[in-house]
Amino acid sequence: MTTTEHIVVNCTINGEQQVFLANERDSLLEALRDRIGLTGAKEGCNNGNCGACCVNMDGRIVNSCLVMAAECEGAEIRTVEGLASGDQLSPLQNAFLEQAALQCGICTPGFLVAAEALLEQNPDPSEHEIRYWLAGNLCRCTGYDKIIKAVQQAAGQSVV
Amino acid sequence: MQAVKYARAGSVEEAVSLLQDGGDTARPLAGGTDVIVQARERTRDINLFVDIKHIPELISIEYSADSGLTIGAATPCYQLYGDSTISELYPALVDSTSLIGGTAIQGRASLGGNLCNSSPAADGIPSLIVLEAQVEIAGPNGRRTVAVEDFCTSPGRNVLGDGEFVVKLHFPAPAEGSGARFLRFIPRNEMDIAVANAATQVRLAADGTVTWARVSVGAIAPTPLLVSDAADALVGQPLSEETIAAAAAASSAAANPITDMRGSIRQRVHLAGVLTERTIRQAAERAA
Repeated sequence: MTTTEHIVVNCTINGEQQVFLANERDSLLEALRDRIGLTGAKEGCNNGNCGACCVNMDGRIVNSCLVMAAECEGAEIRTVEGLASGDQLSPLQNAFLEQAALQCGICTPGFLVAAEALLEQNPDPSEHEIRYWLAGNLCRCTGYDKIIKAVQQAAGQSVV
Repeated sequence: MQAVKYARAGSVEEAVSLLQDGGDTARPLAGGTDVIVQARERTRDINLFVDIKHIPELISIEYSADSGLTIGAATPCYQLYGDSTISELYPALVDSTSLIGGTAIQGRASLGGNLCNSSPAADGIPSLIVLEAQVEIAGPNGRRTVAVEDFCTSPGRNVLGDGEFVVKLHFPAPAEGSGARFLRFIPRNEMDIAVANAATQVRLAADGTVTWARVSVGAIAPTPLLVSDAADALVGQPLSEETIAAAAAASSAAANPITDMRGSIRQRVHLAGVLTERTIRQAAERAA
């Protein structure tokens, strides 16, 4: 086995310039959690099916388990930790609380990052658009309806 | 994860050189949505990723009425289905790219990667086949072009040799009166691998006669198939229940599927016909 070589990665994370060391074989998810200490993104399936590791990379959501840390040189990364301002939760995060859109919470960071990206590009999505956009995020607790309602509430739509 | 190394190629020549030096265990990296999983799960022996998506021509969409459409092989799905020219002139590409994986996959995954992964169930390849894509390949001996229907050779395998990778996909400009459609059958509406899939392109004369057709069916054989018999059943006469049924029967006859957790042989043979029929009808609607 070859010796592990560390690489240096320069990128922006939640608006701040970051320089971090990673193993060349690390995924972005491993780098975020184990090198940088941002443990919001979760490892679920580690193969792109569940969306628990979803982060925003250069304006698009990606599964961070399917991105090599080395690919992030020069990239702009946003994680769930960047949603709140200090103690002030974002409207989407508040809507998740008010609609009880989480139970165990493992999938929640991925849903929040994905839904935030949806609302950025489509501020008034239909229920169909929300469900389609979030199809790559799996939740085994809520049955999804409460999550959809939370996104609708954050979009300023009336929620039944 | 295997002890995989990473190199970012700045040019096609550099990528070829890196891939050649890396030998059998070097793989091009575009969106990584298949190849990173394969490295992690050790279903492929990979020691070097050559990141090709920072080469400008690998991420590009160009169209002209004379030369048709050229897309960089690493262009992510969302850029393809978000492109107004592709939406207008090549809607079958929108059909395919908007249902490969979910939103996060579409932010990275590319049609070139979908092609090179060479899955029998690839959702991009039937559309590439009916749209007559030509695959531009770069390698140690320069560039060559392969018709997409000749690209895949068996599950996970294709015609690429040592040091070669796919640079671009070329499509002819759509002829007057043509329309194409891709459909996939899965148990849910999104985020699943095809039980079967199909695409059809038809060209209709003003009197409704089908003057040209291509039909491709996937996940029903070791590679996505170009079903010439299905096209032959359509060409030379107006679409009718009889010609559509004959084309569907031709697709079912061409199917040589396996039974696995997603579906049985019998179901896939049936689906090959059903999806052929539906894609013919919907391609004709787009042609009209």
